[in-house]
Amino acid sequence: MSDKKDDGFEPTIVGYLCNWCTYAAADVAGSSRLQYPHNIRAIRVMCSGSVDPLYILRALFSGADGVLISGCRPGDCHYVSGNYKERRRVVVVKTILETLGLESDRVWLRWVAASEVPKFAATMNEITEEIKKLGPNPIGSAWSA
Amino acid sequence: MAKTVSFSVRDGSVTGALRQLLKQLLERKLVDAVLVPVQLPSGDNVVQSLVTRPEVLDAANPLAPVLPVSTANIISKMTRLAASEKKVAVVMRSCELRALTELVKLKQASLDNIVLVGVDCYGTFSVPDYKRFAKETLANGDELLKGVKAGKVDSRLREACQACEYPYPLNADITIGLIGVDFDKGLLVLANTARGQEIVDGLGLAEAKDESRQAAINKLVSERQKRRDQLFEQTIAESKGLEKLNSIFAPCIGCHNCRDVCPVCYCRECVFDSQTFAFEADKYLGWASKKGALRVPTDTLLFHLTRLNHMGTSCVGCGLCQEACPNDVPVFRIFRLVASKVQPLFSYVPGRSVDEQLPLTTFKEAEFEKVGFE
Repeated sequence: MSDKKDDGFEPTIVGYLCNWCTYAAADVAGSSRLQYPHNIRAIRVMCSGSVDPLYILRALFSGADGVLISGCRPGDCHYVSGNYKERRRVVVVKTILETLGLESDRVWLRWVAASEVPKFAATMNEITEEIKKLGPNPIGSAWSA
Repeated sequence: MAKTVSFSVRDGSVTGALRQLLKQLLERKLVDAVLVPVQLPSGDNVVQSLVTRPEVLDAANPLAPVLPVSTANIISKMTRLAASEKKVAVVMRSCELRALTELVKLKQASLDNIVLVGVDCYGTFSVPDYKRFAKETLANGDELLKGVKAGKVDSRLREACQACEYPYPLNADITIGLIGVDFDKGLLVLANTARGQEIVDGLGLAEAKDESRQAAINKLVSERQKRRDQLFEQTIAESKGLEKLNSIFAPCIGCHNCRDVCPVCYCRECVFDSQTFAFEADKYLGWASKKGALRVPTDTLLFHLTRLNHMGTSCVGCGLCQEACPNDVPVFRIFRLVASKVQPLFSYVPGRSVDEQLPLTTFKEAEFEKVGFE
């Protein structure tokens, strides 16, 4: 919530990164000493399409301030269509959160190819900035949910 | 394909006519069994029963305005291992038919040798309400029919039924038309498929014409849609936001009845019953110290949100979840509201067609093209 903005707030962002693209880009970003925020907690998954909405929700309920799912660009999925199916799931989970008045803009989907190393760093910066603006995730601290 | 015939109603009893019709299916050996709600001798309850002896159908009560279990679940259970060689006529309401269509697509039920007999439905009462009203006058549903036909919207109907925009069956082999039908001329029997046609031909009835049903359905649907939209507004007002949601789900005791009765929530082992949700004490203490306190049992809202994600696209709005809740959590209201936002994303109407793919098992390349880029 924007009124909970506080200076010095460092969000925790859980990133489900596809092994074949975004995770590889993160790897190269690291080895080429490209700076990106430490707020992203990277979790390697074999495909963005393997991310059940439950993983997204579980992260938010366990205190993550944002969740990123990142995989291969449309048409480039290592398993042909996993990313297209994930796109539908993310649209659904965001619609559900939105309908119930929960913050859907804490859930991000981004296509980042293995070769898009600067884009990876830029995307992580962008997400971290945006989640900082949102402030701490109220679901994460709600004990009664 | 559609052939329409008329079945005569004697002494104004539609229930009596339906009993005769179903009996003829057995007597003329058009089917081997009929699955239909049958009234118990006590008169205050009906139970869905698989009937093979025609005399039992003298107590059949397909119009009894009550829905204890979705027949979709029964068909799933009966046909999941293997369908029978014998032909079974199954009498169903619209919400049951639509759920069955979803289950077929989820590979949880087979329609082989099943003859779907869909009956126009004005709505149902909760099981306890039905038991009470049955002792008065409504036991056979004829009274309810008269009431609704006279333009009385019965506020005692289940909330789901009051907001139901499908009072007519979808995907039935045979439709029994009641809405707007002049019973002095008989009730309408419509054959919608080859399978249905074969049986209707076997009944040897005179052809008839639908003169007033479609118009009456349209009128009823628009009334129900109005009621539905009011319910949405009310639901948004009472549930939107974390604080309100937590308060709505506070009485949830985690019995998962809503999941168990849901005709489209089909997993044999739910993830919430699996080891995924078995945690060591330190895990709970970790959450508790992070948040300052932790509601236990845990993951109440997470359970309902996950169910919305997993089956929101297939929710047919039967409302049995809300009926099964021991603490009156308005589960149906929340699910119906969310489904009304989720299903249109894919122009998907659950139960509309067996041939339409489930939204979460398929995709289009050219859709949501900005998602993932901005």
